[in-house]
Amino acid sequence: MKIKINIGAVSEPMQSEKLKTGDWGTHYPVVDKEKCTACKTCEQYCPDLCIEVKEAGEEKFAVVDYNYCKGCGICSSVCPFEAIKMELKDIFKLEVC
Amino acid sequence: MKYFGSGHGACPGCGLTIAVKTVLNALDGKVFAVNPTGCLEIISSQYGKNAWGVPYIHSLFENAAAVAAGIEAALRALKRKDEGYVVVFAGDGATADIGIGTLSGAFDRNHDILYICLDNEAYQNTGHQQSGLTPPGESTTTTPAGKIMPGKIGRKKDMISIAVAHGIPYVASSSVGYVSDIRRKVKKAVKFEGAKYIQIHSPCVTGWGIDGSIAIKVARLAVETGLYPLVEFEYGKLTSVRKIKDRKPVEEYLKLQRRFRHLFSHEKGREMIEIIQRFADENAERYGLDLKKE
Amino acid sequence: MKQVVRGFYSVAYSVKLCRPNVICAYPITPQTEIVENLAAMYANGELGGAVYITAESEFGAASILVGASAAGARVFTATCSQGLILMSEVLFNAAGMRLPIVLVNTNRALSAPLSIWNDHQDSMALRDAGIMQVYVENNQEAHDMIPQAYKIAENRKVLLPFMVCMDGYKLTHAYEPVDLLSQEMVDSFLPPYEPAAYLTTKKPLAFGCYAPPHIYMEFRVAMQRAMERARDVMLDVFKEWAEVSGRDWGGHIAVDFPDSKIFVVAMGSVAGLLRKVVEELRNDGVSVGLIKIRTFRPFPVEELRETLKDAEKVVVFDRSVSFGYEGPVSIELKSAIYGYSNAEIYSFAVGLGGRDMPKDFLERIIRDVAEGRERPGFAFKGHHEFEEVIP
Repeated sequence: MKIKINIGAVSEPMQSEKLKTGDWGTHYPVVDKEKCTACKTCEQYCPDLCIEVKEAGEEKFAVVDYNYCKGCGICSSVCPFEAIKMELKDIFKLEVC
Repeated sequence: MKYFGSGHGACPGCGLTIAVKTVLNALDGKVFAVNPTGCLEIISSQYGKNAWGVPYIHSLFENAAAVAAGIEAALRALKRKDEGYVVVFAGDGATADIGIGTLSGAFDRNHDILYICLDNEAYQNTGHQQSGLTPPGESTTTTPAGKIMPGKIGRKKDMISIAVAHGIPYVASSSVGYVSDIRRKVKKAVKFEGAKYIQIHSPCVTGWGIDGSIAIKVARLAVETGLYPLVEFEYGKLTSVRKIKDRKPVEEYLKLQRRFRHLFSHEKGREMIEIIQRFADENAERYGLDLKKE
Repeated sequence: MKQVVRGFYSVAYSVKLCRPNVICAYPITPQTEIVENLAAMYANGELGGAVYITAESEFGAASILVGASAAGARVFTATCSQGLILMSEVLFNAAGMRLPIVLVNTNRALSAPLSIWNDHQDSMALRDAGIMQVYVENNQEAHDMIPQAYKIAENRKVLLPFMVCMDGYKLTHAYEPVDLLSQEMVDSFLPPYEPAAYLTTKKPLAFGCYAPPHIYMEFRVAMQRAMERARDVMLDVFKEWAEVSGRDWGGHIAVDFPDSKIFVVAMGSVAGLLRKVVEELRNDGVSVGLIKIRTFRPFPVEELRETLKDAEKVVVFDRSVSFGYEGPVSIELKSAIYGYSNAEIYSFAVGLGGRDMPKDFLERIIRDVAEGRERPGFAFKGHHEFEEVIP
């Protein structure tokens, strides 16, 4: 079966989005909508472009795309209002016997 | 509009992609990105997994500036200059070491390109080897801290001065710790016709040995200790300096990072820390970093 | 319009007519005058909207051309010897990126010791790169080859760099009558470059991606297939050129006296001299013919098999050596005709570093082969016997 290859190994744009890196991290950010002022600081600093201020009716707050979030903690560290907390993912909650 | 895709392979908390997306957004994606071999190239341009949303070229390790010059020349010849800005995203090794020849040529000819050096202070992609921009005292795999050696003995190459010496219109330093500073400087730079150089300090979580959650704090500390002055030169004259209100001692910055941790136990460590502090003091003196108390 | 011009001028003039967009220059003897002539044309406003860049090194020059070609421009540079080897990393890279860069290589020996004189060691060192190579015999052929080079390289079935090899000094600096092409003729023969994939914000693509093991090999196979397709593309272009210019240089090889028992094989300017030698030997009753290899990459396997199938002896004059084995033309010819010919092969490496190859010197070698005074195998000819000492 023939595969298609682009001449000279040229690639189309934005293909990385099919790689869901959301399973990389041990932690994930939780946004407190009450504290969030939609200042977009987290959006500016996220290395994976996966937190965005979105409007939901009257409210405007930061929304995380967990498909890509690697749990680095930068959003939480730069939020001027401490509106983001890093939580440990359930699968890493291990009980020591 | 997204000009750089999620799903790229950078470490969690990588400073490079913060810088890249800030630059691309500041220029509304009207960018021809030129990227030599390095971490950024490897995490973003695998065949079939391209993270770039702008036209992009990776050629070789040492010729980003020349390739950018070629694109700029072609756009000039083909009368397509208005399509976008030619921007180089190069690591510190590719800029200060192996690529300095082509950089010098491109700057000397004053091609209309914006050269951005993403300075994470070592050859990080190949596992953290020292480069010309590795600061003294850092432990890298080729300047490791051992029984007799306290990490790198040497200097951090002053690429800002080298760029200024080429007589190009705009030279600046910035930091991933202050993305609005990056944005401002990029927007300003492209208003100049000719070669522009912006060196952006970029924390490397894996190479520096820090957690992503303190990456931005560490980047800001580098500036707040005077180790990474944020300056602007226009046509060779210093036009702006980010002043520091209460300059912090360098230890506060060094102690957070694995790459400097040996300085706090090595027998030559104290001496190295004093050298590093002196380096910060010299920067403060030279650029007038300290905010004078009225 | 026939004029007596020097080789470098005939090349520069031809390049100008091909309307390149970006030209890069870095001096190295003996190609420097090519880029100097282009600079003079540029300074006089004769190169249209072309951009002429004085690069900081040959490596820089080639890199600039990679960027320019990737952005969709038609590009040119000239180099040789140390400069060619210095830019070799970029040229390998350009071939893999399938950029139709055309360069003129004014064949010059390689250091060390330093030599500015002619042989083929430089271009031979790049024979694995995926770059097409054609060797010209005289300045008219060099002049004619430039538009053909662009047409072949830019063909969508090919898209590989093209190196026009012309002997340094022997051709570049020689005065020869050259029928200079006209702009109209070149315009009708060579249309403007329409790049396949190129850098543009209208359709953002990523060039120079890295390929892990699961996909890298396909790209290299693709390059080989492009080289294979180049064979026919070149023959078509050579034929079209013969029709529009009235000068038929032949195909991948040019054969004189194809029914001979003995064949002399050579590339470049020495083929022109050998043509005279062969004529005179024939008048003397020796059944000898000449094979001038024009296209070295892709290597003319079929043509050589066909021409040499009934040959008894083949004399190969190599102008370079692959140290540890023998001359590359000889090596490749032998492997091409293996199983297709019973000819005895006599390989000689001659004229290294510009060592003179007078007519009677070449004639004597061929006679010695014809009259059984040489053994098949490899030998250097035209050097002094020496003893190596430590001073």
